[in-house]
Order: sequence, then C-alpha cells, then structure tokens
Amino acid sequence: MKFFMIHLMPYADIDLDYDKKHNSAWVTLPNTYFDPAKGPGLYNRFIDELVYADKVGFDGVCVNEHHQNAYGMMPIPSVIAGALARETKNVKIAVLGRALPLLTYPLSVAEEYAMLDNISGGRLIAGFVRGIGAEYHSTGVNPAESHDRFHEAHDLIMQAWTKPGPSRYEGKYYHFDYVNTWPRIVQQPHPPIWIPSQGSSETINWASHPTRKYVYLQTFSPADQLKRFMDMYRAQANKYGYEASPQQLGWATPIYVAETDEQAKREAKVHIEAFYNKFLRMPFEMLLPPGYLSLASMQNVGQKARAAAAGESMATIESVMERGMFICGSPDSVAQQLEHHQKQVGYGKLVAMMQFGTLPHELTKRNMELFAGKVIPKIRHLGEDDTPIKVEAAE
Amino acid sequence: MSEATESYETIAGCKVQMLRGGKGAPLLFLHGGGGAGVWLPFFKTLAEKYDVIVPEHPGFGRSDTPDWLDNVGDYANFYLEFMDKLGLTGVNLIGSSLGGWIAADLAVRDSSRLNTVQLVAPAGIHVKGVAKGDLFLWSPEQLTRNLFADQAIAEMLLAMQPDEDERRRRMKNALMLAKVGWQPRLYDPHMRKWLHRIKKPTQIIWGDSDKVIPAEYGPAYRDLIPGSKLEVLKNCGHLPFIEKAADTVALVSKFIEGSKR
Repeated sequence: MKFFMIHLMPYADIDLDYDKKHNSAWVTLPNTYFDPAKGPGLYNRFIDELVYADKVGFDGVCVNEHHQNAYGMMPIPSVIAGALARETKNVKIAVLGRALPLLTYPLSVAEEYAMLDNISGGRLIAGFVRGIGAEYHSTGVNPAESHDRFHEAHDLIMQAWTKPGPSRYEGKYYHFDYVNTWPRIVQQPHPPIWIPSQGSSETINWASHPTRKYVYLQTFSPADQLKRFMDMYRAQANKYGYEASPQQLGWATPIYVAETDEQAKREAKVHIEAFYNKFLRMPFEMLLPPGYLSLASMQNVGQKARAAAAGESMATIESVMERGMFICGSPDSVAQQLEHHQKQVGYGKLVAMMQFGTLPHELTKRNMELFAGKVIPKIRHLGEDDTPIKVEAAE
Repeated sequence: MSEATESYETIAGCKVQMLRGGKGAPLLFLHGGGGAGVWLPFFKTLAEKYDVIVPEHPGFGRSDTPDWLDNVGDYANFYLEFMDKLGLTGVNLIGSSLGGWIAADLAVRDSSRLNTVQLVAPAGIHVKGVAKGDLFLWSPEQLTRNLFADQAIAEMLLAMQPDEDERRRRMKNALMLAKVGWQPRLYDPHMRKWLHRIKKPTQIIWGDSDKVIPAEYGPAYRDLIPGSKLEVLKNCGHLPFIEKAADTVALVSKFIEGSKR
C-alpha cells in the first residue's frame, strides 16, 4: 500500500458561529470572515505539516483545489505544490485539482504541471477534476457544459504532453492552432494521473478505460459508497477485459490516531464535527447545480442527499465513525479498521487527511507521527501489486 | 372554455409535445424555465378566440433533447422551422421569461410569419446594476415563493406533492434552463444591439413585484424595441398569466385586436 497525506488548508480560525447568519461556508460566506492577519501563519503552518509528512515517511503529499470558501484555501493549488517541490526531497506531490472545466485556457495546466514536474525532478502526480458544484456558482462556468469541457481539456493537455508540438487541437469548447507546451513534462510519456471523485459511473467508466487506467480516488464518502464505487471500477475493468490493480484504487479519508481509542475520540471530536458540520456545510442547490450531473445520475441522488445537504442531520463523531467516514483510535485499532476496509474494497492507495477542520498543529503533528510510526508498518504489505499498469495505445 | 388536444410533432429531428385548442388566428405561446404541458385557465380563455398552440421546448418536459441544442439562438431557429412545418402565418407570438427571450430573438431573425409579439417578463437582456434573482441557488420552496407576489398561490403549489414523473420533468427543465441560461445569466449580450429590428407590433408585460427579473427591466426592453408598449401589473410576480390570468388575457387580446390590419 502507498500512503499519502492530503491537506485541505482550511481557514481553521473561522468563527464557527458563522452558520447562525449564513447557510454555507462556500460561495456566499462573506470574505470578511477571513482575517488577513491570520492568513500567513495558517498557510506556513500547513505547508510545514506537509513537509513534515516527507520526514516521517509518507510516500506522497496531496494538495487540493476549491474556490471562494473557508473549507480549503488553495484556489491555486500549484502555488503550494511549487513550495513543496523545493522543500521536500522524496515524496510524490499530487495536485488533486485542477478543475479543468473552469478554465478558458486549459493549456495553462499542461504548463503548470510541466513546471512542477521539472522543479520536483519528476515527482508530480497530475490530478484532473471537474470541481464540486459550488465552483460553478463561484466562477459562473456553466455546469451543464462541465462533463464535455472536462473531456476536451483532458484530451488537450494529454496532447500537449505526448504529441510533438506544435500540433493542432480542434474541439467544441477549446480550439488551439498551436499546442506547443514549453517546458516539456519530465515523466514520459506523462505523469501518473489521478481522478478524485465523490463517485459517478460516468467518471469510473472513463477513468478505467484500457487507454487510461487512471487512479480513481474516492473522497470522503461512507464505507458503503466506497465499496460500491470500487466494485464498480473493477467490474468495469472486467468488462473492458482486464483486472484492475489495487494501485488503481485510492481512498481519501480523515484519520486520527492517539495512544488510546478513548483519547483519540476525545481529542478529535470537536474538530471532526466542525469539519463535517461547518466547513462542508452547503445547501443542496449549491452542491449540485442543474447540469452538473446527467439527468440519470441526478435522479439517483435522491432525497437522502437532499436532506443531508440541507443540514437536517448533523454529523457526530459517532455517526461519521460508524459510516466509515472517519477512522479514529489507537494505532492498533486504526490499523485494524484500515485493514478491514482494505479487505472489503481492495484499495492500494490511502490518502490520509491528518489535519481536519480546526485540529491544531501539535495534535496534527502527533497524529502524523503515530500514523507513520505505528500504523503504516502494520498495513504496508496490504494491496501491494507493483506490476506496472500497462495502458493500451489509444487509436 | 376550450379544451386542448395533445400531439407530438417532429421538427429538426426533435420530437416535441404540443397542446393545441380553440379556433381563430394562431397564438403561439413559448413557455419559461418551468416548462409547460398544462392547459392553464389562461390558455382556455384565449382559446375561445384564438388557435392556441403551446409546445414544450426541445429538452423540456415530455419533449426529446436533441444533440444540436446549445443556446437560445438554437431555440429561435427551431421555432422558425416549427412555424414553417405547421404552415402558420399571422402568428400572435407570446413568450414568458425564457420563452420571451426566444420570442425576441426569433422576431429579430425573421418576423415574416408574425402578426404581433408579446413578451411577458422576458429574459434576454441585462440591465447594469439591476441583479436578477439567483434562481439556481434558491431551494424549490424559495423558488416557488419568489415566483409569486401572492403567497397564497405559492402555498397552494407547495402543498401539492409532485409524482415521480413530474419530479423528473422538473429536473430536466432545470438542467435545460441552466444549459441555455447559466452564463451569461439569462441573457445574450449581443441581442440588445438588434432588438430595434422587431417591426411587428410589440407589447411587453411585467409584474411590479417580479423577483426573478425585476420590473426595472420593463422600461429597458421597451426602449430597445421602437414603438413597443409596456404594461405593468400591480401586486404581480414573474408569471402574470398565472397570478393575474384575467388581467393578462384582457391585455393580450386587446393588443391583438388593436393590431389588426
């Protein structure tokens, strides 16, 4: 198994009572809640935490992209990735943005990622996402064009990396006569590609295609959803005529480790509840604007998600632990839970969120030390399959 | 009161649902983002004097979603073809909200088959400094409430539980409205440059309490279409033909009768 640490870089100093006046930490929450005097301290603390992941023995670190919110302060994730490229020596650096459909000039991602791959000496993992629904309210980009723009932008970036330039790209949303990206990408033919998602059959069918075999990363979802989508990926791979490797399947989840189960729960409680109830808070219409999902997928979302998004059911540490949305406890019990889920769903990449919500620096550091020192060694052998993933040539 | 018959027409490769009733000069109604498919009292009354035709736009309600559909210009061209196919001439065109935008765009392109144009709280232009309601961020309840000045109507609609088919149609309608109207939000920056080309008698109708497209848009639209007339209904929201049906019927028929050559 490969272990990554992801950071969201939340505005952790937020006045948690904001929700008495505002219905979301996204899109419409006034940016006067952000205190410019606190920004520098938070950013540098969070970068230090990611650098520390390199020291304690994670295989990689992940940054992430969201816009106009208190949940994550990385609208331009490559700014952080650029700092990490210099400050870390060994870890892979995964940019789990870039939200391609939001861009009018997606070749900037081919450029940006190529720069990161050069500076880091080939340690980049290239993430491609659509962004969540709230992003479409914030940027004004039409959610009904999201899927098509994503696919075009992806094809364009891959062309920029793999086809000698200048070449031509002729799409419906993007048309370039000179695709000729400088600098070239270091990892040939292209860096590993990860597709983070909350789960969609369209995304899975696309990511698992034999010409791609991209790593599918299920983010912050209940265990039953995780299993459903991992099974879907494997089933789809079978339909395509191959066996999916555990290395194609990733799981992102918040994790907290302390000396005992009791201590871990006591220390994590307010912070994980703030994460789910305050930082992730948004109404259904903000999360899933019309067109973001196909009509068929939208019908499948159903009333449960509607109620959850409306904040009708507040998360407690017990409820999120029970649903497998938070892994918490002593090193032994965390290892046990991760092993249990690994056996259930067969993931080979674990993306651990070691800081969440308001969790302070000292607890974050200890969490990382205990996880790297006492959990990773127990489960590293799981989901190991180092056979290189062979991708078929596209026609 | 005249009843309607339901039929399906295939135009430009797209099968659309259509309600049609009454006798007289043709009156083509283009619906807004909420869709159509219901023979409202407004249509029933008008059908006593006119041949009332109410199609559901491609991509809405019971109609198919064609591959070619990207924007309101596609709708305008579609309805030009629709009138050709049905052999309609001397058409009294009425459009509400999104349908008003389509009607205006269509009339700019080719008004040879039209007799009159009536725009009911039409989308399609932007007035600087006057924000439209962000209907995509409203919950279904907020949307229903914000459509009407008279909250009793909203209460009545909210009390009705949509069945599975109706729920699906609402999702489909919202998706299509987003597709053609998300960005720029409910307008085409270029259309206002050519609205002066509408030479047929044009009336604009607005509710003074419209929370979707504020009544300030009324005078702006009127000024862009030379010779057009603006009527503002008191204590009325975005859907005058529902909220003030009798008043709107009176305005609409009076305008058509007054425009007879």
